[in-house]
Amino acid sequence: MSETSLAGHAWADLRRNKIFWASAALVALVLLMAVFPSLFTSADPGVCALANRNKGPAVGSWFGYDFQGCDVFARTVYGTRNSIVVGLLSTLLAGVLGLIVGLAAGYFGGVVDAVLSRLTDIMLGVPILLAAVVFSGRLSSPGGDNVTAVTITLGVLSWTAAARVMRSAVITAKSQDYVAAARMLGAGPARLMFRHILPNSVASYIVVVTILLGTNIAAEATLSYLGVGLGGDAISWGRQIAEAQDYARIVAHPLAWPAAFLAATVLAFIMLGDAIRDAFDPKLR
Amino acid sequence: MADKANRPMADNTAPLLQISDLHVEFRTRDGVAKAVNGASFHLNPGETLAVLGESGCGKSVTAQAIMGILDSPPGFVTRGEIRYRGTDLLKLPEKERRAVRADKIAMIFQDALSALNPVYSVGFQLAELFRVHRGMSRRDAKNRAIELLDQVRIPGARSRVNDYPHQFSGGMRQRVMIAMALALDPEVLIADEPTTALDVTVQAQIMGLLADLQRQRNMGLVLITHDMAVVAGVADRISVMYAGRVVEEAPVHDVYARPGHPYTRALLESIPRLDLKGQQLSVIRGLPPALTDIPAGCSFNPRCRYAKDPCRQDPPPPAYAIAPHRTARCHFVREVLGE
Repeated sequence: MSETSLAGHAWADLRRNKIFWASAALVALVLLMAVFPSLFTSADPGVCALANRNKGPAVGSWFGYDFQGCDVFARTVYGTRNSIVVGLLSTLLAGVLGLIVGLAAGYFGGVVDAVLSRLTDIMLGVPILLAAVVFSGRLSSPGGDNVTAVTITLGVLSWTAAARVMRSAVITAKSQDYVAAARMLGAGPARLMFRHILPNSVASYIVVVTILLGTNIAAEATLSYLGVGLGGDAISWGRQIAEAQDYARIVAHPLAWPAAFLAATVLAFIMLGDAIRDAFDPKLR
Repeated sequence: MADKANRPMADNTAPLLQISDLHVEFRTRDGVAKAVNGASFHLNPGETLAVLGESGCGKSVTAQAIMGILDSPPGFVTRGEIRYRGTDLLKLPEKERRAVRADKIAMIFQDALSALNPVYSVGFQLAELFRVHRGMSRRDAKNRAIELLDQVRIPGARSRVNDYPHQFSGGMRQRVMIAMALALDPEVLIADEPTTALDVTVQAQIMGLLADLQRQRNMGLVLITHDMAVVAGVADRISVMYAGRVVEEAPVHDVYARPGHPYTRALLESIPRLDLKGQQLSVIRGLPPALTDIPAGCSFNPRCRYAKDPCRQDPPPPAYAIAPHRTARCHFVREVLGE
């Protein structure tokens, strides 16, 4: 007898989805690169020779050299780890916060909703970069790579959109007849919330969160550019992009490659999120 | 034990379900809407009671109050009793009340598509009930779900058990809803306009199915409807509701032969009849009262052709007994009956 649970059907659906496999492969590749960068390049990202400054692609250095004479490919590969760690973890943090706040505000309503919604409004009113400059500045230590500080900063400042989307979806789902029907059939509050309301309200939330991943990887770049992001010798796509920007008119390739990696990664996660969301919606099957 | 009297199923001599003097109001920003204003009726085992009334007369709210699924706020039960086998459900703690739902009293919703969770297959939703309430294994629960779909006459139940609600037609969906409601063998089934969303041929099938299932299980059935035609075929007794009150209660044939309340009479006269073809259809003038502003006295008085001064004064008319098991809340019941 076939598995009839939601996850079972979703998996059966995903297995046949080419976009899912393509994006999953890309995500796997990026994760592999983040964990074992030395598998992809033998060059040392820390060894730079000004003699190679702004050299174009050549055998042995596929992507050429940047304005400091560092190997662009090596730095891009080694930058994956920080970008992914900061991007994924801050998005995860923001996603969890947004889910809890949105679900609680939407489900309980009343005072809980009022307090949480005003909190969301306040957070939404805070200019994210300004707050990050203050916040990250407090958390970071001079000379360290500050990965934790940047992750927490971005996570804590970026959950609002997810919370709002979640809240409105929960409010819509809560008043549906199937929730009343589930109550009629003896379901308690936890079952209502997690079995009936949550699965029917995550669709737009998943989209918002996957887009947030790209935004947060880029935000790390901005913070680093402003000097409150990753510090010390830490390499990331964001820092590479920020540094290469100044020379973009002279030489484009040091900017193009990390930017391309960033774009491909964000696209892979968005496609993955889309495929998963569609798989969990029976009507799209 | 003093405690025992409070347990559900304690008293087997009391009616299966007894609603007395039920008041429900909705506290909204625009004021307090009094949806139910002292509704009373009872239901015996194996009996079909039709609760009849036009839109907004408090039928569905009464059903939701019985199930305990009123959205609160804004809905509040302010007075009255809902006794199931003698136990007042309104006084039970939420946890015990939840145990009564589905197991003892279940409900069918008007629109089955919106009442079934779109993200789970119908088999999963049915099986979940057996797993949670009966502790069955996945496999047993699934088999039981197939049996149940078969009982509500869904063709090819075994092959359709993994389908999702949107893959069923309207009539089939209502059958699934019926299966869900009957899964745990309730003693009382409340059907809230079960056929309103369906076309006429399917309506007849669903009503037939409900009647058969009721007979097999000896359930009490509360059929909430505004459709006099549906009532005539299946109900044993009728409670006619107007503006949140039961204005007439009677065995079904008596009502059709000799209505005892002007409202019932007006309803019957507004049914199109073949022998009166070509004549102007009789209608009830005016609109039901706004629930925020219910008239004093008999709430039907502004639209009533019998209304005289006593009808416009509080208290509203009491339930006059006009025959065994028959009451009507009208001061001029004799005149309405034509005596």
